[in-house]
Amino acid sequence: MTKRIIDLRLVEKREWPQAVLLKLRSDVEPLPEAAPGQFVQVRVDQSPATYLRRPISIHFIDRERRELWLLVRKVGAGTRAMADWPLQTRVNVVFPLGHPYTLPKASKKERCLLVGGGIGLAPLLYLGKMLHEQGHHPMFLLGGRSADDLIQLNEFEQYGELCLTTEDGSAGIKGLVTAHPVLQGPSPDRIYCCGPKPMMVAVARYARQKGLWCEVSLENTMACGIGACLCCVEDTVEGHRCVCQEGPVFNINQLKWQI
Amino acid sequence: MLTASGTFGYGREYTDFIDLSDLGGIIVKGTTLHPREGNAYPRMAETPSGMLNAVGLQNKGVDYFVEHIYPEVSQYDTRVLVNVSGSTVDDYVACAEKIQALDKIPAIELNVSCPNVKQGGMAFGVSCEGIASVVGAVRKVYHKHLMVKLSPNVTSIADIAMAAEAAGADSVSLINTLLGMSIDAEKRRPRLSTVTGGLSGACVKPVALRMVWQVAKAVKIPVIGLGGISSATDAIEFLLAGASAVQIGTANFIDPAVSVKVVRGIEDYCERHHIEAVSSLTGALEI
Repeated sequence: MTKRIIDLRLVEKREWPQAVLLKLRSDVEPLPEAAPGQFVQVRVDQSPATYLRRPISIHFIDRERRELWLLVRKVGAGTRAMADWPLQTRVNVVFPLGHPYTLPKASKKERCLLVGGGIGLAPLLYLGKMLHEQGHHPMFLLGGRSADDLIQLNEFEQYGELCLTTEDGSAGIKGLVTAHPVLQGPSPDRIYCCGPKPMMVAVARYARQKGLWCEVSLENTMACGIGACLCCVEDTVEGHRCVCQEGPVFNINQLKWQI
Repeated sequence: MLTASGTFGYGREYTDFIDLSDLGGIIVKGTTLHPREGNAYPRMAETPSGMLNAVGLQNKGVDYFVEHIYPEVSQYDTRVLVNVSGSTVDDYVACAEKIQALDKIPAIELNVSCPNVKQGGMAFGVSCEGIASVVGAVRKVYHKHLMVKLSPNVTSIADIAMAAEAAGADSVSLINTLLGMSIDAEKRRPRLSTVTGGLSGACVKPVALRMVWQVAKAVKIPVIGLGGISSATDAIEFLLAGASAVQIGTANFIDPAVSVKVVRGIEDYCERHHIEAVSSLTGALEI
């Protein structure tokens, strides 16, 4: 997949207490080919506090409308500035970047569990769509601190069943994603995961114990996003590997996590 | 116009965005005699108008470069320089000898200024004796163009540059990163695994410009300017201060096509000012 630098236009925006959904449209050319789990590097502005681009997961791609959707958690100066963008803002992005989630072969219909925590649910929408289109059976297990974190549920519902947890019990089962009874049922063929590291470690541990295939998506701090600066490395069984280039998606067997 | 070592990988990372033949050349990642895993994560912290890095010369060693990377980069239609680093004089010499055998590498950039590993060369680059010892030893075995990359973490960079020149350097490039630090006050922890790291980006430009100006007045060999260049205007400022060429570093991370834009921008500037040769800008600062 060829990486490109492209100007998009903010055409729609939806905001929640912790996050914002940005729909960015390409007016002149089709969006580059991109796969679930890949990310984009967003130029925020030229203010001193947002010198580097911000790496953001691809939440969804609407090819017909030439729209790239980003679901962004408002955590720092860059993401807050993005949330403040007025409609029609020109947004410069580099994409697609990184190594995507591995999809099962289309010939074999698989049951896939997509586990997202907090803003980690972002990449799972496009992944769920692609799995659904290929005839697999995605199920979403989404967790948050409270109901405020469980967003875009109407979108997720189109592609698979939802299982929800919240730490305060304001939606779904009370507790962490690992407390959800779906994990006690029949094992899925594959687990795809994205979220805070402690949650991904817990999911990886579950997968390891059950002998299940599992991929996780990391978010180490990055500078270039294209494998040039070697800043975002993760310690893997093959040594230091760039999360931006050889990740962000890794199979748990590649990682040196204590699981 | 060259792309700075450590910011441009091996060139292949940028071929989706630019045509490498539009550049004067690229300087590939710092290469050492033996493979190095580099420092632990986290290695990067964003700072106002810049960034700190503590990569620590992660590379697979010169033999891997010769066997696996050279065959690819030697096909590029641009000049490919190798940045050579080491912990001892013998390491530098052995590494330089191996690169000398590669026909398509016209020059090396001797890195005596990496601040991120305990013996990453900065020890050599911060004293006149140190730089003379390593440059002199490499000069004896390396017969192509020998560029020496200087550390800004010194009291008088002009003295260091003169020592490099006297020891046989063909050119000097400056500045490498400035030693800096970032702290997370909430966690009371440093943001880099190594506590300190190298500062680069737009914020270092005034320091770099001043040092290029001082060095250009002190030596007769060409000076290659770098430090915070992200536009043609920035590049021209370095030329006026005395640089014969420039390198683009951190700005490549923000706009992967910036290097070519700078080249085009310099061409535009020359047209607007009716300048026939860019070289006439070198040192043309009017004071």
